[in-house]
Amino acid sequence: MQTFDLEAQGLRQLNATLHAQANDTNQTAWEVVNPRGSHAIAVGLDAPIEVTVKGSTGYYCGGMNKQATINVHGSVGPGVAENMMSGMVVIEGDASQYAGATGHGGTLVIKGNASSRCGISMKGIDIIVHGNIGHMSAFMAQSGHLVVCGDAGEALGDSLYEAKLFVRGEVKSLGADCIEKEMRPEHIETLRELLERGGCDAKPEEFKRYGSARQLYNFNIDNAY
Amino acid sequence: MKDDNSHGAPRTVPIQSATFTNPINAEIRRAAATGIYDIRGGGAKRKVPHFDDLLFLGASISRYPLEGYREKCETSVTLGTRFASKPIELDIPVTIAGMSFGALSGPAKEALGRGATLAGTSTTTGDGGMTEEERGHSNKLVYQYLPSRYGMNPDDLRRCDAIEVVVGQGAKPGGGGMLLGQKISDRVAEMRNLPKGIDQRSACRHPDWTGPDDLEIKILELREITGWEKPIYIKVGGARPYFDTTLAVKAGADVVVLDGMQGGTAATQDVFIENVGQPILACIREAVRALQDMGMHREVQLIVSGGVRTGADVAKCMAMGADAVAIGTAALIALGDNDPRWEAEYNALGTTAGAYDDWHEGNDPAGITTQDPELMARFDPIEGGRRLNNYLKVMTLEAQTIARACGKSHLHNLEPEDLCALTLEAAAMAKIPLAGTDWYPGKPGTTY
Repeated sequence: MQTFDLEAQGLRQLNATLHAQANDTNQTAWEVVNPRGSHAIAVGLDAPIEVTVKGSTGYYCGGMNKQATINVHGSVGPGVAENMMSGMVVIEGDASQYAGATGHGGTLVIKGNASSRCGISMKGIDIIVHGNIGHMSAFMAQSGHLVVCGDAGEALGDSLYEAKLFVRGEVKSLGADCIEKEMRPEHIETLRELLERGGCDAKPEEFKRYGSARQLYNFNIDNAY
Repeated sequence: MKDDNSHGAPRTVPIQSATFTNPINAEIRRAAATGIYDIRGGGAKRKVPHFDDLLFLGASISRYPLEGYREKCETSVTLGTRFASKPIELDIPVTIAGMSFGALSGPAKEALGRGATLAGTSTTTGDGGMTEEERGHSNKLVYQYLPSRYGMNPDDLRRCDAIEVVVGQGAKPGGGGMLLGQKISDRVAEMRNLPKGIDQRSACRHPDWTGPDDLEIKILELREITGWEKPIYIKVGGARPYFDTTLAVKAGADVVVLDGMQGGTAATQDVFIENVGQPILACIREAVRALQDMGMHREVQLIVSGGVRTGADVAKCMAMGADAVAIGTAALIALGDNDPRWEAEYNALGTTAGAYDDWHEGNDPAGITTQDPELMARFDPIEGGRRLNNYLKVMTLEAQTIARACGKSHLHNLEPEDLCALTLEAAAMAKIPLAGTDWYPGKPGTTY
């Protein structure tokens, strides 16, 4: 285990050091101490390494991650794992706005709650939230899965494309063109795998599925209010 | 009766309303018939004060000219000197503006890269990600970071030469975009992670930051991902140029890109294009003033765009304080867009060469703003690149000609004092004295 003191060594050196890790590096386990809410921690990683952040972070922790596994033993600021391509980011605490925004792949697990716009414009990422999510989550979500074990705020899935949403608790309201859909056996199986991957012991049968009604897919003046 | 002609008296001639013109009336009828607002490509078509309303004074006894064919007039520009460890060095201050693959065909993007590279300048991706055509053929490629994040990935971020965070554009400051389903081929759909054939909306604001304080952190993230190598541009539409430039610099921009309302778009509502934003002429001096007030003029470079067509336009932008210009519509015309050779086909589409702007429909006879394989095959990217290079060379030579006449050994040495304005409006907007006077409306120290 390599330990990096962010307060002492600085952000630039942290990210440069992590970027320097090649696919065949022997230094696969890293611990970052004293994050103290810093922004852009462990961004742009591209190696199969495991980074554990001991504390809470600011904006964009794990942004554009590829391959790496990032564990945050704390809460995270806005835009955690934004535009993630692959790998895994696990947050032990809560996440602020835009968690997993525009993520193309990989898995984001939030063991606490996520704020508004969770999964906004997601493009293939899988997001599993153990708690609740805020309003306007999965706005314009294109593909991937958003699993919410708690409740969802207002306007879930507004202007949704092909992302699949699973919510166990209450949905305060659905956004434009987002509808509840039948939970078929294949969805149960998909959800079971997602819950397992996210370390969540909820039962897939307790969830409802939401998806796009596909009524906004082609230009219609009635949609252009 | 006043208009009764039965007794041979003169009658009032029919007068077309200056308010209800034929084009306005036709649009009312079109709206009444369809219930749909008009979407089109391009920039504002209305007449606005523009570079044509400025003139250079040239040399005289008080200014010594440079010999046109013998004395050097430099044109190079370095962009990104503030924070980036690898600034962009360009031979000419005319760059190619961001235009998306999707809106444009792959061969058209290739041609832009070829032409820009031959001319020693940069080209720019757009709202659809980076294609191999343009990366492979562009020596200097600027990668746009847009609200939609279509095709955005860290590998392309690292292999670009600069990053342009797009906050807005001149054709639609405050607006998003729409690529209609008919242009969504398999390849475009795959790059944008969406099914083929459905409309692809581009959001009007970024999904993971709001406001200049967030933008500063976003730029920090982009710099950290790319090792602080790349110049970071911030592109804004011509809305509030003084404040937008100030905030862009505060957020950490290396370069500010300022796009006036004549700047083109692939597809937006006509009412938006024609009624939102300011002409570029009104924006440049305000942006320069913001940079000067912060002591950042020339340290943060300014690229301006929106209706740049000739070397004279380039020289006027330089004289007003810009470091470089960007061209989009003009580059497409150089490639062959709206060429009269396709007039019969433009007519079949209900339009005419020079007026064709339904770029979003994908039926471009010139094969440039389309994804239709048959139409695309009409366009030769090598010939297109050659034409663009020629055009860029001519613009540069024209700008040099004017700069030498003003006694300047570098285009950047042109200054506001080299200009006069032909109209009061242009004088006020550009803060350039009205021809024959030393005054412009709002000039400090004057009360009128």
